[in-house]
Amino acid sequence: MTITVSAAEPTSELPISRDPLPGAPTAPATLEAIGISAWFGKRKVLERCSLLMEARKVTALIGPSGCGKSTFLRILNRMHEVIPGAMIAGGVELDGTDIYSGALSPTKVRTRIGMVFQKPNPFPSMTIRQNVLAGLRLSGVTNNDKDALVEESLRRAGLWNEVGDRLDEGGMALSGGQQQRLCIARALAVKPQVLLMDEPCSALDPISTRVVEETIGALADDVTIVIVTHNMQQAARVSDRCAFFLVEESGEPGRIVEEGPTAKMFDSPDDQRTLDYVTGRFG
Amino acid sequence: MRRSVVVTVLEDVSADLDVPRRPTVRPVAGDRVFRAISTAAATVSLFIVVIALVFLVKESQPAFRAAGYWKFFTTNIWNPSLGRLGVGGLLVGTVIIALIALVIAVPLAIGMALFINEYAPPRLRQILTSVIDLLAALPSILFGLWGKAALQRQMIPISGWLAAHLSVFPFMRLSRQGASLAQSSLVVGVVVGLMIVPIITSVSRDVMAQVPREQCEGALALGGTRWGMIRAVILPFGRSGLVGAVLLGFGRALGETIAVALIVSLVFKANFHVLEQGGGSIAALIATRFGEAGDLERSGLVAAGLALFLMTLAVNFVACRVVARTSAV
Repeated sequence: MTITVSAAEPTSELPISRDPLPGAPTAPATLEAIGISAWFGKRKVLERCSLLMEARKVTALIGPSGCGKSTFLRILNRMHEVIPGAMIAGGVELDGTDIYSGALSPTKVRTRIGMVFQKPNPFPSMTIRQNVLAGLRLSGVTNNDKDALVEESLRRAGLWNEVGDRLDEGGMALSGGQQQRLCIARALAVKPQVLLMDEPCSALDPISTRVVEETIGALADDVTIVIVTHNMQQAARVSDRCAFFLVEESGEPGRIVEEGPTAKMFDSPDDQRTLDYVTGRFG
Repeated sequence: MRRSVVVTVLEDVSADLDVPRRPTVRPVAGDRVFRAISTAAATVSLFIVVIALVFLVKESQPAFRAAGYWKFFTTNIWNPSLGRLGVGGLLVGTVIIALIALVIAVPLAIGMALFINEYAPPRLRQILTSVIDLLAALPSILFGLWGKAALQRQMIPISGWLAAHLSVFPFMRLSRQGASLAQSSLVVGVVVGLMIVPIITSVSRDVMAQVPREQCEGALALGGTRWGMIRAVILPFGRSGLVGAVLLGFGRALGETIAVALIVSLVFKANFHVLEQGGGSIAALIATRFGEAGDLERSGLVAAGLALFLMTLAVNFVACRVVARTSAV
């Protein structure tokens, strides 16, 4: 079944037990992709990918370039459909609710499932503080204690000690690694239950990478994390579970070859191709 | 190959001197020719502006001497046989018409640009883009004819309504009961406004299209709606370019001639009652009077042209300053 994603955004919302309360981090949720296929126009890029991404776990999506990892990730918070001509089949459930069912609007889905991009993208016209609060403004959530939220979000992203005394400076004045953590803080400020990260360190130097990885480790307890990475060591360091994506022959869509606990995926995977990839024999 | 270039660069410097220098490159023949051609093109266009200015200054001297420099810009009289010339009122009238045009054009153009870039489905986007381009290519005489023959009659009841309901604004009041509402600055302003919609739209569209995709996606990924994204990302990012687009439209509106000359009934005194008959602009003055002008009046018209030139220059200068200041994000 192919679902054509329409631009119409249903406004009804499910009465889910989560309130965007300021202060208290909301409970991390389990995300399950069920038989996801994806197309750009006529080209099929993903086929029947199913994956359970458990709460309080870091799931890494690994695999060579062009195998559909990023597309898969973007389907998890309905960002795939902002590209014209992008289509999907299958469904994604957030704690049992299908995010494509119309019960949740795409904007609501994205406040629950946040995203950090490959290239740090703080808003250039805003200060650090405004960047952190941008999500509230954009999604229309009110919060009476903005100062506390800014501090909390920056602390969780591991950036407070570096920028706490200059919140009114522009976000672009920061280093690349700081900008990326600012983007993490910005995503955390709307209290998502899941945080998707699309190669968050690929534009960063090794030291910034380590800081971001430490941040990921610290966050794993209160938000479910799904991370796309090209860096095998990174996947091994930060993730609890791994899913290996592969395009078997050029022109074919990407599929999930194998998924499982990270230790097993790196030490004794069931599939020879997984072993070849994680040991650097190809890709 | 690469190595030889490096060697030539290093040859003409003494490596042991710790002084700042710019590495020099000797351009190849083709590069030199192209450079000469583009330098010539730049020089010629600058030269044309300069001789136009020289012509205007020289030819306007008799009028300035007869009327007085200061009085030429401050009085509202046009009587060449007495040697009394003044375009103060027309300068104001020009600005009034251009401002009305902006009030009409800016919301239309920005809204259209946003719709085309952000909301329209691809097919409709193409159609709209060509329609806008077509509108830009339409000769201004056609706008003028349409304004005079068709729009004006429709505008009279609207002007009447505005006068009746918006008289809190002084410029919406009528100077006397039963004043004619045809041939007014408002009618001209609306026509000129429609004429400058295409330029503002297409420049705004280009500006908005330059907003990096990752910025837009960043806003959407935070749970922003499309309008939220436009407000948080596209408008701030494009601010300087949008100001530039608006000022470009303003410059065009100041210089618009035929439509104004055709529709408005020319008066020399600044008419702030924009709904009423009578208004004026420098360009319309020149267009309507030049053919039958004697020597002194002709000089006066050139002087008026100089005034328009300086005003447009000032607008462009301000535009550049604003753009330069707001683009420093």
